[in-house]
Amino acid sequence: MAYHMIFRFRQPRRRFELASQFVMSDQSRAKKSVFGERSAGEEVQEAGVSSAVDIISAIEFDNSGNHLATGDRGGRVVLFERTDTNNSSGTRRELEEADYPLRHPEFRYKTEFQSHDPEFDYLKSLEIEEKINKIRWCQTANGALFLLSTNDKTIKFWKVQDKKIKKICDMNSDPSRAIGNGTIASSSNSNITSSCLVNGGVSEVNNSLCTDFSLPPGGISSLRLPVVTSHESSPMARCRRVYAHAHDYHINSISNNSDGETFISADDLRINLWNLEISNQSFNIVDVKPAKMEDLSEVITSAEFHPTHCNMLAYSSSKGSIRLIDLRQSALCDSHSKLFEEPEQAGPKSFFTEIIASVSDIKFAKEGRYLLSRDYMTLKLWDINMDAGPVATFQVHEYLKPKLCDLYENDSIFDKFECCISGNGLRAATGSYSNLFRVFGVAPGSTETATLEASRNPMRRHVPIPSRPSRTLSSITRVVSRGSESPGVDGNTNALDYTTKLLHLAWHPNENSIACAAANSLYMYYA
Amino acid sequence: MAMVDEPLYPIAVLIDELKNDDIQLRLNSIRRLSTIARALGEERTRKELIPFLSENSDDDDEVLLAMAEELGVFIPFVGGIEYAHVLLPPLESLCTVEETCVREKAVESLCKIGSQMKENDLVESFVPLVKRLAAGEWFAARVSACGIFHVAYQGCTDVLKTELRATYSQLCQDDMPMVRRAAASNLGKFATTVESTFLIAEIMTMFDDLTKDDQDSVRLLAVEGCAALGKLLEPQDCVARILPVIVNFSQDKSWRVRYMVANQLYELCEAVGPDCTRTDLVPAYVRLLRDNEAEVRIAAAGKVTKFCRLLNPELAIQHILPCVKELSSDSSQHVRSALASVIMGMAPILGKDSTIEHLLPIFLSLLKDEFPDVRLNIISKLDQVNQVIGIDLLSQSLLPAIVELAEDRHWRVRLAIIEYVPLLASQLGIGFFDDKLGALCMQWLQDKVYSIREAAANNLKRLAEEFGPEWAMQHLVPQVLDMVNNPHYLHRMMVLRAISLMAPVMGSEITCSKFLPVVVEASKDRVPNIKFNVAKLLQSLIPIVDQSVVDKTIRQCLVDLSEDPDVDVRYFANQALNSIDGTTAAQS
Repeated sequence: MAYHMIFRFRQPRRRFELASQFVMSDQSRAKKSVFGERSAGEEVQEAGVSSAVDIISAIEFDNSGNHLATGDRGGRVVLFERTDTNNSSGTRRELEEADYPLRHPEFRYKTEFQSHDPEFDYLKSLEIEEKINKIRWCQTANGALFLLSTNDKTIKFWKVQDKKIKKICDMNSDPSRAIGNGTIASSSNSNITSSCLVNGGVSEVNNSLCTDFSLPPGGISSLRLPVVTSHESSPMARCRRVYAHAHDYHINSISNNSDGETFISADDLRINLWNLEISNQSFNIVDVKPAKMEDLSEVITSAEFHPTHCNMLAYSSSKGSIRLIDLRQSALCDSHSKLFEEPEQAGPKSFFTEIIASVSDIKFAKEGRYLLSRDYMTLKLWDINMDAGPVATFQVHEYLKPKLCDLYENDSIFDKFECCISGNGLRAATGSYSNLFRVFGVAPGSTETATLEASRNPMRRHVPIPSRPSRTLSSITRVVSRGSESPGVDGNTNALDYTTKLLHLAWHPNENSIACAAANSLYMYYA
Repeated sequence: MAMVDEPLYPIAVLIDELKNDDIQLRLNSIRRLSTIARALGEERTRKELIPFLSENSDDDDEVLLAMAEELGVFIPFVGGIEYAHVLLPPLESLCTVEETCVREKAVESLCKIGSQMKENDLVESFVPLVKRLAAGEWFAARVSACGIFHVAYQGCTDVLKTELRATYSQLCQDDMPMVRRAAASNLGKFATTVESTFLIAEIMTMFDDLTKDDQDSVRLLAVEGCAALGKLLEPQDCVARILPVIVNFSQDKSWRVRYMVANQLYELCEAVGPDCTRTDLVPAYVRLLRDNEAEVRIAAAGKVTKFCRLLNPELAIQHILPCVKELSSDSSQHVRSALASVIMGMAPILGKDSTIEHLLPIFLSLLKDEFPDVRLNIISKLDQVNQVIGIDLLSQSLLPAIVELAEDRHWRVRLAIIEYVPLLASQLGIGFFDDKLGALCMQWLQDKVYSIREAAANNLKRLAEEFGPEWAMQHLVPQVLDMVNNPHYLHRMMVLRAISLMAPVMGSEITCSKFLPVVVEASKDRVPNIKFNVAKLLQSLIPIVDQSVVDKTIRQCLVDLSEDPDVDVRYFANQALNSIDGTTAAQS
């Protein structure tokens, strides 16, 4: 049992008609559950028909795993919350380790908000897309959720909180006497300004109000405080800070520091360090821009802070290298403290060698010892204490090798696939074409691999890689191998659809479940 | 809906607006909370207004910030000190909001209130509040708690004191770095209230933990604690407990920690006494001056004078001066700039001979620095050297530096040097100024950038004040007035500007004899901008000159201008005429 939920995003995008926009259906159980009044199950259409703005462009679980956020090309952020959180989370972990079949995490739609809008940079005559490039969760506080979202240029800090809907009654002044709040306001202002003029100073206002009416010591009993009655609450998102105008190029990553007060944002050539509370200044910590732009040979493709060491961060480049830098060493970290590169490979180099070497995503494993990187053809696992080469390399879609020319022609070769690693660090996943994604066992000695398809009918195509039968496979492979009778993709590459690609995915921080985005649909897989 | 008597209407509206949809109106009402409280009376303020505010903690930050501030001075409105405790609940809920500035203000207000509370009230209501916050579920509450321990601790019983110390120690080991940072930055304050017996036993243990924290951000706040704790401890304890820590910090792996040490080191010299300063702190400081991170050198260079002031001159010459020499040719311009801004202060410390022997070459090399900020920083502190060695030794190299800055490509640099010209003039004396700088001052009047021309005009006024009207009459006025024939109208306008600034300094006689004819002549200019500036200028001259001159010359000129074809000229001319009438009316 692998796949169990889809959230599908469709037009219209108006904010207050959310209920009808999301469909959660559980096809494998031939059962549909629908949010909202409309029975929208019938309206679900294939991804190709969906509007381009609904295509999911970022996906991220929060640290607790109780919330999931997605961002899309239309600048919208949608939040989901877990509904099955039981109180015995401690025992759950134990059960999980015992590889015991568990109730899978259920998520439901919580709220959504428009994070970014299309803008126009008049100085550079450039349109700025509203597409959300990355979302990162911040520390929760007072029951409110905080997250950072970014498009190409501007990072925003959001607070999402249940707001009570308030009704105010028992006013002193009769609203019929002064129509609307505006007039009440103006009447109060005129009173105040007149008393200002009499006394010749704003600071006198309080005194004048009091002395004029000679307040009795016991107070005036006819005055009342407004009474607020609140009925229900609904989640409300508010933009708390906007970190803008710090990037000349497109932002590709943002990442929080473990100190809880800073984060970085990386564009093609620079990495900036921000304090969450200060939006008008940032410090440039890495600048790879050469003196002459003609000399440019390498750009930054992704950057991430170490999960526990506040002074370490890694960034990857288009040449396939990953650099680890130590913020303690120097204020400007243009020189790295460690460089991870695949040793130069013998054999012929093709035109594509450099293009496919470009790292599209890097992720630290939970403890920070290992680092996962994805380039066009492979997924690599690095030990940050070993810079001689990757600990393991996994071929994601080796069968594409003869097709690189076609892929170059239609620009697919520049697709940026993300990767993710499970909370326990035992498995990693990354996406491919035809809405497929692959899961690899990354623990030493593990040989498990699995290919899954994000679609409404997940049993359609499975590509089990033969693994030693003696090994106890984890449940995730068990799930996959069940439907393995169909012919593998390897023999069926003509059917490969380059337009349906699974770029974005995220692993739940402490459970074996993966959220992945195919076009406008969000799929949740669990094992 | 209750109807309110007419005179109470403003207050009634003020109260209603506490819940208005418009944030500006809510803010307005919160700022007048004391008025509302007085209108309600003390009892109803306690029983209704304060509980009402306690429930208001989900409002906008600006409103909460204003509320936190108002509540800090609210004791008189709730019925005096014995009722101060009713103010604690709303402030407690403000202490838990996630916006830092609101929390900080709430903590500040709580401290204000707590420090006035009676001892048993403190024990009954304030201490439980501290404990509640310290055990808060979310980090925001615990962060706030760190800031109020010192108030709670003072009036406590011994049992409670023990408990509070234990709680603070817990906060120092909190899981969240934010809380540890708050604990680190408030440790010094808390330590001042703790009895000296516990200082060594408990506070220093907490301090040691913080200094070993994994997070750089916590350690660097612990650096600040070094100086604060150092002052509380006996010298021998300080040497034993703080000194090793600071020496360690000065070699920390993180440049940000070393940067903090470089900023704070001089404060510790007093605490550890002269012997340890010589044996430990001077070497540590020398290391920081030679740090390989430029930011650290900048911080260290900026404290050179303060540090040297605490040493005897021999030590300074022997250990610090060689570093200063190195820094004066540092590869980072910001380091040189930081050095240049303080190095002049070393002259009085070293005395005349050493200054000439050691510092003068450094001054001179910095004066020739390729980076304008460095040169400017030296020039701005010129008076300090003048007191020690006199300007003669410097003036040789000074002039090329000034001239170069005066003609710098960047107008901000030119602007900066213009602002120092009066200082230079007073230091260098009239003779030197006449020879060298006079021409520059006139040149600036015709600069391409308006701000420079404006500053140049202002400069003339300040020079006139410095050297007196007679000198100005000889050296400034003729040159300025010559410019009135300049073909460019913007330059002609500068003449008017200079006149308006200089006239009050030069006095009535010179204004009438020299300036007024030029101004009247300018009123016949072909450019309307000149003409209406003449009108404005004439208006400003009215109080300076005699009434007869006003009637005879100024009025006539303005009347002519008031019939000008240009609407702006007529407007300003009429405005000036009105002000003449106004003053004459007032006099008669």
